[in-house]
Amino acid sequence: MNASQIVAEIFYSLIGIIFALVGVKALRDPKAEKKVTTAIFWFLLAFTFILGNHLPKWITGLCIIAIAVITAINGVKQSANDVPDPKKVRASADKLGYKVFIPALCLALVAVVAATLGGSVPALNWLTANNAIGVSGLVALIVAIALFKAPPKYAVIDGTRLMDNVGPVGILPQLLSALGALFTAAGVGTVIANGVSAIIPENSRLIACAVYCIAMALFTIIMGNGFAAFSVITVGIGVPFLIMQGANPVVVGALGLTAGYCGTLCTPMAANFNIMPAALLEVKNKYAIIKSQIPVACIMLVIHIALMYFFAFR
Amino acid sequence: MDALKLIGVLIVVIGFAIKFDTIATVVIAGVATGLVAGMTPMEILETLGSSFISNRTATLFVLTLPCIGICERYGLKEKAIDFIRSIKNATTGRVILIYQVIRTLAAAFSVRLGGHPQFVRPVVVPMAEGAAVAKYGEIDDEVSDTIRGASAAAENYGNFYAQNCFMGASGTLLIVSTLVTAGYEVTALQIATWSIPIAVISVLVGVWRDLTLDSKLQKMVKGGGK
Repeated sequence: MNASQIVAEIFYSLIGIIFALVGVKALRDPKAEKKVTTAIFWFLLAFTFILGNHLPKWITGLCIIAIAVITAINGVKQSANDVPDPKKVRASADKLGYKVFIPALCLALVAVVAATLGGSVPALNWLTANNAIGVSGLVALIVAIALFKAPPKYAVIDGTRLMDNVGPVGILPQLLSALGALFTAAGVGTVIANGVSAIIPENSRLIACAVYCIAMALFTIIMGNGFAAFSVITVGIGVPFLIMQGANPVVVGALGLTAGYCGTLCTPMAANFNIMPAALLEVKNKYAIIKSQIPVACIMLVIHIALMYFFAFR
Repeated sequence: MDALKLIGVLIVVIGFAIKFDTIATVVIAGVATGLVAGMTPMEILETLGSSFISNRTATLFVLTLPCIGICERYGLKEKAIDFIRSIKNATTGRVILIYQVIRTLAAAFSVRLGGHPQFVRPVVVPMAEGAAVAKYGEIDDEVSDTIRGASAAAENYGNFYAQNCFMGASGTLLIVSTLVTAGYEVTALQIATWSIPIAVISVLVGVWRDLTLDSKLQKMVKGGGK
């Protein structure tokens, strides 16, 4: 392993520790529902992050099957969290003022600066963009603790609280990328590509951009999830019809996912963005939010196609 | 015969559409795809395991959670609310636009403001409706629905179109790990940089949207026969 890989393994182990602590929190909560399956879920995940890379890979494969069984039987529940007391939060906000935004700014800016340095200073070549994200997480945490004079235990308490809020869905992006890898290995992309090649004339970059963006939006409308659409449509359409034809993968990828979000804006399948808030805001028509969003979604989709056409092939 | 390979895609589409557990759906789709491609169970476990390990990148956002959690405890959301409440004499469209700008910046810096339940309902909707009442007098359900729909939409625009500007966002990391797995070396910094144009454009579209909202409300109130 080289330096950047060792640093990456340290960060993945830290993530594993956070997972494990969520499991410990469930075990220690006397009132927690389904605490055993919840703890097993988080411990298995922690195990794959910390040791998975050093053991035969089929062991991680087996853990993933077990994780899926646990979530399929709805076996993961949130345990009690130390939720901040609103009065104390208010008092602290008044005391700190707008300084409270500084750590959040650090989080974003340190990542950019660290990744840029890592890319240009040879001695810092272990600072890959991925490691820069970990570094920014640590630096911003230290800044927050120092600036707020916060007891360091809150790093653990609030970190596990948010992880528990996010829940099992937090590993969905990783699982979907893994699924994308399986699709590629099995040749799924080629099958989709053969089907799609009928509607994309050769050398028509504009139509290829349009088909990719519209397919992202349509699949997201059907599935209600842009992430899932991205792993299928990028392997099936984005790679063969755009990137392999010379399009810049950065531009295609960045615009591809947000093109999918144009679909999210139009679909009742994305209930937690479009339907549940309608109930929460007590609107009479439960489609009021979608109705408001459709014109913007259509305009944004056209803009995505145009941007991809003009910038991906430069 | 080749079409059989699409079974994984079909499982993902149906699984998500019928709201079956998302994680189980993805794993079942993966196993099914491996089986129809003629892999042995052991090969499937190997491929699943190694691609899961090599895509750990997509879960790096977890490292930002302790810092974000502490900021919340010390009043991050409260100060954002203070800021928007300090705005006086804005029209309905402008209140919603200002919220969209704040939400866009927050998403780009991975700041959690609480979304529909904790920000839109208690802060944005009362301010936006208050501005309409101040201007037009009483408002009916239809006008109220339009205002509430637009307020909730502003939350979604800011959230969706700006979140990938943050290097550690899960969407950004999904893009990176998907493309790297496909053999294209892209970094989170590049993806975050190329996510900026769409975030800026979404705000510009929001400007147009909220200006037209004000004139639409004007028409709705007048058309109501008052």
